[in-house]
Amino acid sequence: MILPWLILIPFIGGLLCWQGERFSATMPRWIALLTMSLELALGLWLWSTGNYSYAPAPGVDPTWAIEFKHLWIERFGISVHLALDGLSLLMILLTGLLGVLSVLCSWKEIQRNVGFFHLNLMWILGGVIGVFLAIDLFMFFFFWEMMLVPMYFLIALWGHSSADGKKTRIYAATKFFIFTQASGLIMLVAILGLVLVNFNQTGVITFDYATLLKTQLAPGTEYILMLGFFIAFAVKLPVVPFHSWLPDAHAQAPTAGSVDLAGILLKTAAYGLLRFALPLFPNASAEFAPIAMVLGLIGIFYGAFLAFAQTDIKRLIAFSSVSHMGFVLIGIYSGSQQALQGVVIQMIAHGLSAAALFILSGQLYERLHTRDMREMGGLWSRIAYLPAISLFFAAASLGLPGTGNFVGEFLILLGAFVATPWITAIATSGLVFGSVYSLIMIHRAYFGPAKSDEPLKGMDGREMIMVLGLAVLLVVLGVYPQPFLDTSAATMHGVQQWLGTAFTQLASAR
Amino acid sequence: MDLTIQHFIALAPLLITSLTIVVVMLAIAWRRNHSQTFLLSVGGLNLALLSIYPALKVAPLVVTPLLQIDSFACLYMALILASTLACVTMAHAYLGDGKAGYPGNREELYLLILLAAAGGLVLVSAQHLAGLFIGLELLSVPVYGLVAYAFFNKRSLEAGIKYMVLSAAGSAFLLFGMALLYAEAGTLSFAGIGKVLEATGLPSPIASLGLGMMLVGLAFKLSLVPFHLWTPDVYEGAPAPVAAFLATASKVAVFAVLVRLFQISPVASSGILHDVLAVIAVASIIVGNLLALTQNNLKRLLGYSSIAHFGYLMIALVASKGMAVEAIGVYLVTYVLTSLGSFGVITMMSSPYNGRDADAMFEYRGLFWRRPYLTAVMTLMMLSLAGIPLTAGFIGKFYIIATGVESQLWWLIGSLIIGSAIGVFYYLRVMVTLYLADTKLPRHDAQFNWAQRTGGVMLLAIAILAFVLGVYPQPLLNLVQHAGLMG
Repeated sequence: MILPWLILIPFIGGLLCWQGERFSATMPRWIALLTMSLELALGLWLWSTGNYSYAPAPGVDPTWAIEFKHLWIERFGISVHLALDGLSLLMILLTGLLGVLSVLCSWKEIQRNVGFFHLNLMWILGGVIGVFLAIDLFMFFFFWEMMLVPMYFLIALWGHSSADGKKTRIYAATKFFIFTQASGLIMLVAILGLVLVNFNQTGVITFDYATLLKTQLAPGTEYILMLGFFIAFAVKLPVVPFHSWLPDAHAQAPTAGSVDLAGILLKTAAYGLLRFALPLFPNASAEFAPIAMVLGLIGIFYGAFLAFAQTDIKRLIAFSSVSHMGFVLIGIYSGSQQALQGVVIQMIAHGLSAAALFILSGQLYERLHTRDMREMGGLWSRIAYLPAISLFFAAASLGLPGTGNFVGEFLILLGAFVATPWITAIATSGLVFGSVYSLIMIHRAYFGPAKSDEPLKGMDGREMIMVLGLAVLLVVLGVYPQPFLDTSAATMHGVQQWLGTAFTQLASAR
Repeated sequence: MDLTIQHFIALAPLLITSLTIVVVMLAIAWRRNHSQTFLLSVGGLNLALLSIYPALKVAPLVVTPLLQIDSFACLYMALILASTLACVTMAHAYLGDGKAGYPGNREELYLLILLAAAGGLVLVSAQHLAGLFIGLELLSVPVYGLVAYAFFNKRSLEAGIKYMVLSAAGSAFLLFGMALLYAEAGTLSFAGIGKVLEATGLPSPIASLGLGMMLVGLAFKLSLVPFHLWTPDVYEGAPAPVAAFLATASKVAVFAVLVRLFQISPVASSGILHDVLAVIAVASIIVGNLLALTQNNLKRLLGYSSIAHFGYLMIALVASKGMAVEAIGVYLVTYVLTSLGSFGVITMMSSPYNGRDADAMFEYRGLFWRRPYLTAVMTLMMLSLAGIPLTAGFIGKFYIIATGVESQLWWLIGSLIIGSAIGVFYYLRVMVTLYLADTKLPRHDAQFNWAQRTGGVMLLAIAILAFVLGVYPQPLLNLVQHAGLMG
């Protein structure tokens, strides 16, 4: 029974936040903080008590650490089917942690309609947790689409329009919504296609993951259905030709929105690939892998170059996400256990470091009221601590050894090298560009001549705790990633077997 | 043929509605009283709605060669009566009571709506071209009056005349089509036509022409592209409750008879007509959505969006096998709920009648900070129209896509995806307007106690239903699944 509660707690908490505004303006903040802390605590409790050596694997019925099933829509054999394994647990922990942080980082920033803001924030997180737990395809899609609505409100109502007034927050929010909704519908068509193929074979309509895994697909059909899933995930991840919503949405969103977008929403796409696209369509995925890896490669360089060219600090971080997600894509399609484990670490590390960078730029914005790096410069001497902490996270973002990002990228490249040496070699050089844009961000914002000598307000306890906490976690992840690797090992082993078998079949067929 | 008590039970919904019309008419002649007329109409409609249950017990039953009462007819009768009931309730709030509100005679509006509803009931059970025509005219003619009901308002009068002229042209096409079909088949019953056409394989050119002309007439009522030109003007000009009736009961009835015609004589939708239907579907989806993009008038926007929605429904009509009939039923129920909800909000904003309706987008700016619950209803309706999960509209769209995938209509599915991507844009535009910072422009507003009035209660009930069906649709699916033709 704990799994439905994991989803329900944020939804109920959100409603309480909305109504809590009647009593006082800080009431919603405390309720939201409590809700997400409870979520995080439940996640940690599950981590300490559960056995995560159970995970779905090819050939046998999937086994899970915890499972919940209840009939929902009988007509289509749809049930509320939730399940937890190591991968989903780690993602839920990340969601809980970043949920707490996004409440904390909006403490001062959001002053209008606090209750409604937290309602939306909580509902996004609830939807994301639903995505991470659902293993009924209808339900997965249900949450996948549902979480767009509160995210839309978050950007459209509390966002910032760009300085020149050309790109309004509503433009950004609408673009985000349309991109993801349209691609989501393509996935729905693919899901229905899969269900109907299964129905024609077995005479049973079902959206259940375990049953659909056994569906026998003709190669052509499998490839097309796989593409339907891939497009939806590619838009969210984002993979390069589909990325254009991301910088706008990030730049215009409030800090909490950016934290959730970069930290968690992008991960739902990687999760979707690992949980659904690869196991359901292993042969087509193996065939598609070179294309996906090249797309990842393009993403790494394209993201890095555009990040370098940005003047808006949040757009810079947004493009750096595109670059980092390129590594994730390469890791996912490499089909090696090491790389897949690296993907998990990279996802967590990127979630933490991008969240921290967005929180820091939000703090800068609260002090300077601009995100334009041309108007910054020389801040090192004007604000205490903040520049140094930013430097740490910039270094983490470029993959400095000792941080989680290094472990993630290293494992991905190491694992992928065996199968695809050329792509990996080129991807490695992408790290150089990573250093370039990370350092140029620090340089433009904090060094150089100061625009004024007036000192700015230093960081208060709340701001300090948020970023230092993230810094500690990143170092822990970088120095001792073993507990995380152990938790996701079984899941990743399953994915690797699916893809690995398909790769061998493909190789022998050629 | 002999009429037994069984036949009367089967016909009860129609008979009770007709009786209500007579009673309301006599009551108006005896004493003009708004509330009394309203109560009589609501009472009659409720009785008619209840009488569907016994009618269902004796179904399926052929009553005269014209009508067939089966569970399919019963479902759509219930839908028409329920939406009429909702429109009547809205009209009561809209016309206002006492001095405030509509200045002319208020009572005849109920009479006209009831007449049109009776026409709808005939239409959904018609199994004969004569029945179809009688039903259609009984449905349309009172609507001319309804659209122009606020006749001292120029737009309303203009809309009424426009609708009348174009609708008459549509009926002429329909009649000509029927004549051609009769010349070819020698019978007017749906089943008979089906049999004759089947014998020749594909329909002959004359039969195709006849069916095509009938399709023109019906597509006009459904405002499918390219016969949609009247829609935005009429929606804009008609009083809000009437626009709600046009968008729901009237279209549902016409679509139901189209489904019955194509299901009973499947040959009618084969050959070239199949392609024509597919083209109409794609055109309606794309054109309807594109034209809605730039609208700043909410009623016009809903008009264009209803064009697009009937385009989506056409996908299921083109598929016409598998779960198509079921999908149409589910989609129509969700569409009716959502349309009633959104027109209901406009009605609440425009009540009591005050010269013109609150249909300009700027009047809704910042509504959330003034009337939060009304805004919540509107938000839910916009999300439901866009087909986002947690709302009834999602279930409807899911069904349509499932039907399309089942019949492998990839082009139609593709246009549906493009159409909904465009649609999201303008639904979101409406939605976000509700939440923007308030302006201090002169404006209409809903009365403070809107939720305590009958219209408001009905609106909240619709919103709750739209949400509940989005989260737990199984009861609706059971209901629709058992409402097959001839069953």
